[in-house]
Amino acid sequence: MKELEELFLPDNVHYAETHEWIRDNAGDSVTVGISDYAQDQLGDIVFVELPEIGALFEEGEEFGTLESVKSVSEIYMPVSGEVIAINEALEETPELVNEEPYNNGWIIEVKPDDPDEVNTLMTSGEYREMLKGTE
Amino acid sequence: MRESQGTSGLILNEPLLWEKGKKGRCGFSMPRRDVVPSPVDEELAGDGPDFPDLSEVDVVRHYTRLSQWNFGVDTGMYPLGSCTMKYNPKINEREAALPGFAGAHPLLPPELSQGSLELMYRLEQYLTEITGMDAVTLQPAAGAHGELTGMLLVRAYHKSRGSHRSKIIVPDTAHGTNPASAALCGFHPVVVKSGEDGIISAEAIATIMDEDTAGIMITNPNTLGLFEENIREIAEIVHSKGGLVYGDGANMNAVMGIVQMGKIGFDVMHLNLHKTFSTPHGGGGPGSGPVCVKDILKPFLPIPRIIKEENKYRLSGDFPESIGKLQAFYGNFGVMIKACSYIMSMGTEGLKRASQLAVLNANYIKEHLKESLYLPYDKPCMHECVFSDKLQEAEKITTLDMVKRLMDYGFHPPTIYFPLVVHGAMMIEPTETESKEDIDHFIKALKAIVAEAGKDPDLLKRSPIRPKLRRLNETAAARKPHLAG
Amino acid sequence: MRYLPHTEEDISSMLHAVGAENMDDLFSMIPGHCKIENSLNLPEALTEWELNTLMDGLSEKMAVSPAYKIFMGAGSYNHYIPESVSYLLGRSEFSTAYTPYQPEISQGTLQAIYEYQTLVTRLLGMEVANASMYDGASALAEAILMAMRITKRKKVAISRLIHPYYRDVVRTYLEPGGYEIVELPRLENGRTDISGVTGMDDLAAVVIQSPNFFGCIEDLRSTGEVAHESSALFVLSFTEPLAYGLFKNPGCQGADIVCGEGQSLGVPQSFGGPGLGMFACRMKHVRNMPGRLVGKTTDIDGRPGFVLTLATREQHIRREKAKSNICTNNSLCALASAMYMSSVGGTGIRELACLNYDKAEYLKRGLREAGFRITFDSPTFNEFVVEFGKDFKDTYKKLLEQRIVAGIPLATWYPDLSGHYLLCVTETMGRADMDALIEEVRS
Repeated sequence: MKELEELFLPDNVHYAETHEWIRDNAGDSVTVGISDYAQDQLGDIVFVELPEIGALFEEGEEFGTLESVKSVSEIYMPVSGEVIAINEALEETPELVNEEPYNNGWIIEVKPDDPDEVNTLMTSGEYREMLKGTE
Repeated sequence: MRESQGTSGLILNEPLLWEKGKKGRCGFSMPRRDVVPSPVDEELAGDGPDFPDLSEVDVVRHYTRLSQWNFGVDTGMYPLGSCTMKYNPKINEREAALPGFAGAHPLLPPELSQGSLELMYRLEQYLTEITGMDAVTLQPAAGAHGELTGMLLVRAYHKSRGSHRSKIIVPDTAHGTNPASAALCGFHPVVVKSGEDGIISAEAIATIMDEDTAGIMITNPNTLGLFEENIREIAEIVHSKGGLVYGDGANMNAVMGIVQMGKIGFDVMHLNLHKTFSTPHGGGGPGSGPVCVKDILKPFLPIPRIIKEENKYRLSGDFPESIGKLQAFYGNFGVMIKACSYIMSMGTEGLKRASQLAVLNANYIKEHLKESLYLPYDKPCMHECVFSDKLQEAEKITTLDMVKRLMDYGFHPPTIYFPLVVHGAMMIEPTETESKEDIDHFIKALKAIVAEAGKDPDLLKRSPIRPKLRRLNETAAARKPHLAG
Repeated sequence: MRYLPHTEEDISSMLHAVGAENMDDLFSMIPGHCKIENSLNLPEALTEWELNTLMDGLSEKMAVSPAYKIFMGAGSYNHYIPESVSYLLGRSEFSTAYTPYQPEISQGTLQAIYEYQTLVTRLLGMEVANASMYDGASALAEAILMAMRITKRKKVAISRLIHPYYRDVVRTYLEPGGYEIVELPRLENGRTDISGVTGMDDLAAVVIQSPNFFGCIEDLRSTGEVAHESSALFVLSFTEPLAYGLFKNPGCQGADIVCGEGQSLGVPQSFGGPGLGMFACRMKHVRNMPGRLVGKTTDIDGRPGFVLTLATREQHIRREKAKSNICTNNSLCALASAMYMSSVGGTGIRELACLNYDKAEYLKRGLREAGFRITFDSPTFNEFVVEFGKDFKDTYKKLLEQRIVAGIPLATWYPDLSGHYLLCVTETMGRADMDALIEEVRS
């Protein structure tokens, strides 16, 4: 397990309490993945269960799961919206979520109901503070 | 013996079945052909399966070599908490193999199967006596199957009263099969937290028990090896709101002849014949999970049931309120014979003694290891005790590392990471069939490992080093499953 | 007692170490109202020799081959099991081991079960098989629940010609979920009438058994087509897997999930249990499959080995969200079956299946010649239905006294087939025994 200082928490995304990150693509879509903290806690990801394209979810609703050898974790929508793309590469190489959580390990792309909802989530600094509190 | 029990030796490599053999070999004595061949419809005829052709010698060597890579109770101490890996008496095997039993067709007319019907009837009597309950079904194939049966009985009971309850209370220490069985039955599990003392308080139940709750599933003794001391009060609260109490009897080995399950408030409970009653685990079964009930649930028991009339036995399906069937026939009869033989061999005194010694052995281990391993509940335990890796945190040594090293010392690891309420749990259940010397060896081995954790943690991380294979890549197995050859 | 090694000295020293005065002290945390007042009322403990006498006595009260000629099948079959299999199964490294959660010291069980899984996929023509379920009936119930999970539908079409007890178990399992069962009726020729399925667009699965309860081989290909047209899964059940030594396997005919009873392949009948629930499916559904799975992998030194895998489907991880609640299964029975299948072999199983087929055909011919009607004219394996007539009851009883069990009357489960009997012949039935039966019923 990484120490708090070792975690990579980039500034160009926002963070949810449930450890998802969300990037505003400035063009009517956002991309969602899980933070370095989350992938570190989960360990080697062996399988990702993705939603269907076109599925609609509310903020906070479970949209998929991440499986490691010994556990399963739900992933939750940071904002409400429609799933417009899923990262199909994760079917063959789920380890991308561990290796590149913010780049090739992205999970879904969403058309948000409210484009401003992204800004209500935590900044990198706020998320790191939150993690510090849970130690 | 001064040296460590664990050693290395000569075992042989052995390929997969289909990597051996030659076309045309056979390991089977083909019966004499005394009829002429008949034509087979060409549309339906197939090519037959692609099985390897092996001689009897091929097969015998194959499985003999494979067996030598395994560790069983007959090899050494197997202290898996929650599993009751006690010695499996060999005489039980002889009885189960008797031709009259092994060769019996389940649909024989009753007059031709009095032997098996009588044995099952007797076993039912013994189990009701041991638990203090009123009636039994022997049909469920294993503990989890028994839990499902119990949940179906609870559901049927409420349905018969016009009540549709959707929830069931499950302690946080429960075995995974409990919520899984409840869910299969359409119940939504509501988790209740155990107290600081490791048991459930009556207050905690009073807070959540309501008229939408079908009842509670409770393991007693629980998976921390502790007796749920508030069970009577808990049962009263559940009953007062019209609910039922399901007892998970997996830990019955701690209390035979001591606790009367029938009067602590259980309405229904299951037993594991492959745990408490000495039938072998078989590498994962077959087991047998009889369910014992109080009279109120009798009408709903699975069919058929065994009836005794004037010294003759028969099966009857004439129970209109029955939940139906859980298996095609009557349960795992081959396993029942072994459990019945065990009970007949032990008798009243023997069973009570077994429980007493199981509890004594566990407490002895607890006392001797509590300086070396963190003991979350420092009080008398029942037949199993739970430690954790808290004291080894500084060296970054986990429970997993320690138990992997235990294999090098010649012991099977205890249960790890269960129950979930203890982080890094190590659950040790010696059972009564381990002698003091073997337990002393075990304690010595664990103490040595704890010392190694301090002096040479890397050794633990690399262990086990003696078995045929070292630590296996479970991640790769799950990412790219190869499930058939 | 020979299973309890403690001497008085041991006990005394251990009690001292734990700070207890006596044995009762160890149970002082148990409230008085929970304790037994008197001792258990069980019979006196028997010596090994007394136990043998008692068990021998009970065993002798059973009608078994070869003393009895038992022409019964219906889910339990008398097949020869080589002595080598019984011998190997007795190796206590296999029988006294637990589930292989610690793979380093369980490679025997793990490789053996991986081999079993493979042999089952080859027998049934499927892509993946699990490490076993309890029996054919509960396996079928789980298969239907699996189909419902995959399709997210709550209705199944189930053939009336599936073993009646299997259908009972399915009903018991499905009842809490409020699922709908549509029964598919029987055709004149003894097969299932699947015509009713066309047009149903809300089915999770179409379920038939082959060979079916009457021993008839069903039309798997058409059933698969009709199921898939309705976007339903084709679930195939069986009670006699030896049939696939001779007939086309379900996998090559469109089956999505195949499950059934493996007892015929190396497991003693044992009055109905333990059995062996064989279960196989297409690889794309593997994450929805219940039961344990053994997978191949390597250890840190790169050597090949086996582990339990895809455990996130199971109860110990997923708890109430698990695909099934199954924990202990029938592993030793699966092992027996693998030993049997490897002893019989590919060439052997074909020969054995043909022998079974030919023997049953011989009896069929003989009964036909004796003037009885063979109820269904579809091809059969091992079992078939013959019309002995409604007055056969007395003859049946007389035959019992002569140690012949002339099949199973079908009236209990199929009232419209009163007077019809289900007969079974395997390689264990000699020609002379069949001739004797024909003679007896002819007169």
